[in-house]
Amino acid sequence: MSETTQVETEIYDPVTDTPQRYMREPPGAHPPLDYPPYKSTALRHPKEPLVYLPHTITEITGPQLGPERVHGELDADLTRQHPGEPIGERIIVTGRVMDTEGKPLRDTLVEIWQANAAGRYRHRWDRWPAPLDPNFSGAGRCVTDAEGRYRFITIKPGPYPWGNHYNAWRPAHIHFSLLGRAFAQRLVTQMYFPGDPFFPYDPIFNSVLDPAARERMISRFSVHGTEPNWAQCYEFDIYLRGPGATPFEEAF
Amino acid sequence: MIFPTTPSQTVGPYFAIGLPWAEGPHAVAPGTPGAITISGMVYDGAGEPVPDHLIETWQCDPEGRFADLHGFGGGSTVPGFRGFARCGTEDGDGSFEILTVKPGRLPGPGGRLQAPHIDVSVFARGMLHRCVTRIYFADEPEANAECPVLTRVPEERRGTLLAQPTGPGAYRFDIRLQGPGETVFFEV
Repeated sequence: MSETTQVETEIYDPVTDTPQRYMREPPGAHPPLDYPPYKSTALRHPKEPLVYLPHTITEITGPQLGPERVHGELDADLTRQHPGEPIGERIIVTGRVMDTEGKPLRDTLVEIWQANAAGRYRHRWDRWPAPLDPNFSGAGRCVTDAEGRYRFITIKPGPYPWGNHYNAWRPAHIHFSLLGRAFAQRLVTQMYFPGDPFFPYDPIFNSVLDPAARERMISRFSVHGTEPNWAQCYEFDIYLRGPGATPFEEAF
Repeated sequence: MIFPTTPSQTVGPYFAIGLPWAEGPHAVAPGTPGAITISGMVYDGAGEPVPDHLIETWQCDPEGRFADLHGFGGGSTVPGFRGFARCGTEDGDGSFEILTVKPGRLPGPGGRLQAPHIDVSVFARGMLHRCVTRIYFADEPEANAECPVLTRVPEERRGTLLAQPTGPGAYRFDIRLQGPGETVFFEV
């Protein structure tokens, strides 16, 4: 059997079309847990070495939450959840959820939450003097389609100050939570906007040490996705872990 | 790998506006025969409660079947079994509680049977990536002694992964993110 054929048959199970193992991410793919510029990591990062967990059936399966969490179109439209329309720039946020092989992940739950246009969260701990918008709660969810595509309508969030250091501000961002197809794929990230002036100063953004990896968290303005007289469009593709071969560490 | 993965970022302090929901902590429907509660606290490196944590759990049913997205793993026959629980509040005191059933044993590496276990993800402000742990059960000593995953854990730390029975259908499992008694976390 040629090497190519051997790799191909290990990628996705031919019957279930699901990976039997997930790839191990290279160092630097994610931020370190201990990152002193982000002060609250100091007491919340484990100090003991992580124990290697081989991928068993628990890690390669994942929950079906779509019907539980998504009840209709309004779940994905954060501008129509209240009697009036929220203030701010209406935006379409869309993209595809794929794995590291480029295979689209269908029927997978995408959940988002964010501040309003003024940078204020509808949460009791957010008390800085920016106005709340009575017509904006800031949370939505949808399930990807057969091409792995998700689509939200929302308002462009503003940057907001926080207490990490003097004059600290988070760049404008939308929080994204993805279940993927398997426990091993679970990801929570933040989507940013191109050209944000706060990028050089934000320790959370910069905790991703590889500059190319940081770029992958920034959405792309799309003029063709922008709808005339209605909404700007930002595109954001998300890549979750894909299949990987069984490593030596598991051969025991 | 052709495309690198999207990097993780912290869930932040305000996830409660988007992620938790009322039935989130129920991996099984309330009233399911044999249902158990697993509750505990999350502590930081100073031994203080972490009031803004988010816990998610994932497991098979007592027969080793999963309520999987595409039906993989056999499909559970327990009515109302979801196998997934999410627990995190806007105004927490550091405690969590999930309602579930005790998972069955599953095949593991080398053809050996794993002990009953629940995979856990822990998220919080100050955590740039999730931490992954497993809940095992202190009242399964024989299965635990044979588990090909649990026996990879240094023996002196295995106790941090054992949920202790505290009464009929109730278990206690605390998570210590850092410091003395730090919970074992896994590279998944």
